[in-house]
Amino acid sequence: MKARVYVTLKNGVLDPQGRAIHHALEGLGFTGVEDVRAGKLIELSLKDGTSDEDIEAMCRKLLANTVIENFRIERIAA
Amino acid sequence: MKSAVIVFPGSNCDRDLAVAIRDVTGEAPVMVWHRETELPEGIGLIGVPGGFSYGDYLRSGAMAARSPVMRAVADAAAHGVAVLGVCNGFQVLTEAGLLPGALMRNAGLNFVCRDVPLTVGTSQSAFTSCYEMGEAIRIPVAHHDGNYTADEETLDRLEGEGRVAFRYAEPVNGSARNIAGILNDAGNVLGMMPHPERMIEPAHGGADGRRLFEGLVDALA
Repeated sequence: MKARVYVTLKNGVLDPQGRAIHHALEGLGFTGVEDVRAGKLIELSLKDGTSDEDIEAMCRKLLANTVIENFRIERIAA
Repeated sequence: MKSAVIVFPGSNCDRDLAVAIRDVTGEAPVMVWHRETELPEGIGLIGVPGGFSYGDYLRSGAMAARSPVMRAVADAAAHGVAVLGVCNGFQVLTEAGLLPGALMRNAGLNFVCRDVPLTVGTSQSAFTSCYEMGEAIRIPVAHHDGNYTADEETLDRLEGEGRVAFRYAEPVNGSARNIAGILNDAGNVLGMMPHPERMIEPAHGGADGRRLFEGLVDALA
């Protein structure tokens, strides 16, 4: 089984990379973009039976820095 | 004064930090590999050096903060041992939860590598006792992720408790309230992005960093 962990910056945390991407898109002529926030996608291949609590603990202990980031876990069928 | 410098895979300022500590304290620090689970006995200072531990993978300092030796560092810090984290070392200390907040990508997205003017925020710590509060000093930075971020409440608390040790005197990386270095609540852990170990003798272009180590000797030796 697999899980995807989406790590995103919390609201209110300035995102310099998102802002640079936004500027670059505008430079390419895409004028309809109002905001860009960059994040990470981490894909985990897991042994069957890995609990939600285990995945959440992985996120809290390492994958996300909860001072500045939120995370969302999505399980996907193999 | 006995001391230790932690070495992670990808540390690159460990030798400079060790030389600075040796020059000022008269005793070479013990270099401690990140896999160690214990620190040498009787040390008064732990240096967490700059560099690119684990290639800055995931987040700067994230992997190093979870390495075995950091449990020993946290334990020593809780018992009052002075801990100095410089640059990547500062990132490691925030990731390890020994200091509040986080260090994000520089606001300008550029790697900033130059001498910067700093203002000393407090002389009431072992690290800053040889400076005057409000003194203007000059120390180099060299980082990509030095943009200090914390929630407003934390920033207010750091300022209110005199825990902002150093501030940039001009915009450098987008840091909240121009914070360049902060102390923990007990005052025995300092994290800072500028490199004091690169300014310890006139041949470096200045010696403003030397007094940080001299202050530690005064306080700890």
